[in-house]
Amino acid sequence: MGEAAIVADKLTKWFGEGEARTCAIKEVSFEAYWGEMLYIVGPSGSGKTTLLSMISGILRPNSGSVKVDSRDLWNLSDDELADFRLNTIGFVFQDYHLFPRLTTAENVAIPLVLQKRSWREALEESARYLEIVGLADKAQLPPTKLSGGEQQRVAIARAIVHQPEILVFDEPTASLDGETGRKIVSFVKRKILTAKRCILVVTHDSRIFEYSNRIMEMEDGQITGFQHGQAYEA
Amino acid sequence: MKQILILAYKLLVNDKGKYTALLVGTTFSVFLIVQMTSSFAGILTKASATVINVGSRMWVMDPAVNAIQNSVPMPAYVLDAVRSINGVKFAVPLYSGAALVKLRDGTYQPVTVIGLDDTSLFGRPELLEGNIDDIFAENGFIVVKDEEFPKLENPKLGTEFEINDFRGVIVGIAKVASGTLFGTPTLYTTYNRAITYIPSTRFTTSYILVEPKTDSDIAYIKEQVARLGYLALTNDELRSRISNYLKYQTGIGTNTLLMTVIAFIVGLSISGQTFYTFILENLEHFGALKAIGAKGRELVYMILFQAAFTSLAGYGLGIGLSTLLISAAKWRLPEYASRVTYSNLGLAFVMVLIIASVSSYAGIRQVLKIEPFDIFRG
Repeated sequence: MGEAAIVADKLTKWFGEGEARTCAIKEVSFEAYWGEMLYIVGPSGSGKTTLLSMISGILRPNSGSVKVDSRDLWNLSDDELADFRLNTIGFVFQDYHLFPRLTTAENVAIPLVLQKRSWREALEESARYLEIVGLADKAQLPPTKLSGGEQQRVAIARAIVHQPEILVFDEPTASLDGETGRKIVSFVKRKILTAKRCILVVTHDSRIFEYSNRIMEMEDGQITGFQHGQAYEA
Repeated sequence: MKQILILAYKLLVNDKGKYTALLVGTTFSVFLIVQMTSSFAGILTKASATVINVGSRMWVMDPAVNAIQNSVPMPAYVLDAVRSINGVKFAVPLYSGAALVKLRDGTYQPVTVIGLDDTSLFGRPELLEGNIDDIFAENGFIVVKDEEFPKLENPKLGTEFEINDFRGVIVGIAKVASGTLFGTPTLYTTYNRAITYIPSTRFTTSYILVEPKTDSDIAYIKEQVARLGYLALTNDELRSRISNYLKYQTGIGTNTLLMTVIAFIVGLSISGQTFYTFILENLEHFGALKAIGAKGRELVYMILFQAAFTSLAGYGLGIGLSTLLISAAKWRLPEYASRVTYSNLGLAFVMVLIIASVSSYAGIRQVLKIEPFDIFRG
């Protein structure tokens, strides 16, 4: 194992109050490492997405801490958290959340625009990343004109265009056929994962387990075990 | 900041359907507001036409006078009394009344007759044709060439006509700054001829036109005139009195206010509802931006920019459309009373700002409430 990119310590999260209170995550601790593609798997309602949200600075835990590259995330102010997400995290949402009224190139440029880079510069950079994901010829089309797999690749380009250290994928293959799903994840592992990057993937899809370095299994808001990707395939 | 506003702009204008609906709503609202208030401003200006055209600095009248055509004749001693007030440079009588002119085909046309002081002709209009001295010639009248001029069958110099069974002759054709409200042509003659030709009451002086020696004498003159039991007003005060009478003591002001409020509510409903729907439909995108790293205040700036941009564009289009329609109407209907003033534009602007503020307030509340986690978990 290399150096830890993420250290989660006794993370706990519940929703609701009183009798309606439900504990989604119970004192979860783990580490994720640089150069690693860590899968978080488990049945629906096991707390995968909630855990990923707390690690990526989207959802505040009720207790516990998250350190990313030695920074204690939940001691940051709201503005600092927004800056953290903008500069350190790249998100690929389950539904992609692409902007249908913008071109593909403009969609990819959004994180750079939020970083206050000029539109010209952002679009130049966006073109480079669209080329990396193989969609250079679709730059001027709206995302609605693209196939599901292509939209997924646009979402990936948007997640990496600002070169974040941590990439977060939520059910990346949920709306793709098996073949396209495997291609996408294989592409991510080959082209996007570097020694200076850590990728977290929440998934149900056992067809893509083979591309993971490690698999963290969850159930009822707790970690039930770790497996190597290859072991899972076996 | 500029980059984020460009993003807001693209998200707004690329949604052509919604953007068009927003623009139409605001434009229509501004159009109605400007149209109503301009018509009212036009009516107010025309109601003060004689005050504007005569141009005296001060007017003395009976306190019951609220509109220029409703003068209450004053006895002759009032003129002497006003002339004797310290600070009065000069004071002259003015007659304002109505008469009937018999046209060639035998029909009658009501006219407004202004009788000017015989010695000074103070308040005379600018002549386009003829010589002002001819007003002293037998039966001499000057006709005003305004939008009502054709109603007298476009008279020329030397045209004879019958007025209250007297013979009249056109000796001059004049122009004035403002046409009258009630659609009657205007004739100027001397004060003495006017009170001779037009049946009148025991007293004949409609107004006394006063020129103060200095501005500082105005207050003293007003005080002294009030002691006589009459009212002295400056030109602006008289116009304001006439306006206030129309605004608050006739149905015109209430009707205009009501229509303006309705236009505002229509605009607010269309634009507010459409903008709110636009924000709701884009809520998940705003949430995604928040998750990616946009700060709450940046999203607020985006929404404010979108609301302000739409409102200002709608404001410009609404003003343009109103101006175009008013110009076209005046071209076809010269007596159309409508005038776009800075106050109208200001009022419409304030209303548009309110529409933008209310629309964006509702949207901002929604956007600030949305949690990135809700977007993340789908």
